[in-house]
Amino acid sequence: MRYAVIRFGGSNCDLDTVHVLDEVLGVPTDLVWYRDGLQREYDAVILPGGFSYGDYLRAGAIAARTPIMGDVLRHARKGGLVLGICNGAQIAAESGLVPGVFTRNEVPRFVCRPTWLRVESTESPFTSLFRRGEVIRVPVAHGEGRFVAPPDVVGRLNRERRVAFRYCDDEGRVTPEANPNGSVEGIAGVFGENRNVLVMMPHPERSSELVIGSEDGRRIFESMIAHCQNDIQRQV
Amino acid sequence: MRFDVKITIALKEGMLDPEARAIQNALAHLGVPTLSLSTARQFSIGIDAMDREQAEATARAICERLLANPVIHRYDIEVA
Repeated sequence: MRYAVIRFGGSNCDLDTVHVLDEVLGVPTDLVWYRDGLQREYDAVILPGGFSYGDYLRAGAIAARTPIMGDVLRHARKGGLVLGICNGAQIAAESGLVPGVFTRNEVPRFVCRPTWLRVESTESPFTSLFRRGEVIRVPVAHGEGRFVAPPDVVGRLNRERRVAFRYCDDEGRVTPEANPNGSVEGIAGVFGENRNVLVMMPHPERSSELVIGSEDGRRIFESMIAHCQNDIQRQV
Repeated sequence: MRFDVKITIALKEGMLDPEARAIQNALAHLGVPTLSLSTARQFSIGIDAMDREQAEATARAICERLLANPVIHRYDIEVA
């Protein structure tokens, strides 16, 4: 099993993500400079948080058009896992891996705080180790995290159970007060069409060790690892 | 032949524009209340093309492939 974390110019959560995967969870992980492209097969590719290209034009817009994203799309089409976190989620949405867009927060300021998330679907390689409806604590840090999509697209995401997480209060109620950025229906994370892509604004790599406040986010990575191990066993 | 193209990217009708709202609030604080305010971004681009149609087609491609996100934006092209 081998994972890749892609570093764009301006990524800044790349090393935290490698740390969690490699040192906390023991998954051999390559830090891949975007200009080098994906040189080999990976079980999972992670697009980390940060400010690729200084958020010029729109957050994620320019990174989404770099050649390495062609490699990432091919990897996803073959069924490989892709996790986009924060700026990585913006890049993934801009490249069409999921519908919709993450844009300027409703109140135009940078929000950086812990949030509660309700796990909406456990039927995915990213959320299989959660209970449906479970409330977890994962922090956000973004200025452009408001999920926007046309009503028919939101309807389809709901019907296909492709909403992974919603912002909620500590008892799991999805309320406007619990919504840090004005995302439609409190959507914090969505799956791609085949559920092998998850994009989310909250940072699971910042909630993977108790020493920094929460380890709820770690189960996303652990779910991915369990999925990949099953895959490997099936191949043997 | 060189064509100078002005591209304006704006939010679609009805899209929330938090930046515009903040600017409107600031104007109100300055004692200049406004009835409406919206923001847009303009790009001035020089394009080498055979004719006007080709320049316009290139400008459309620029909008659709990068400058505008069709989920939230509309665009307007002016060829000088």
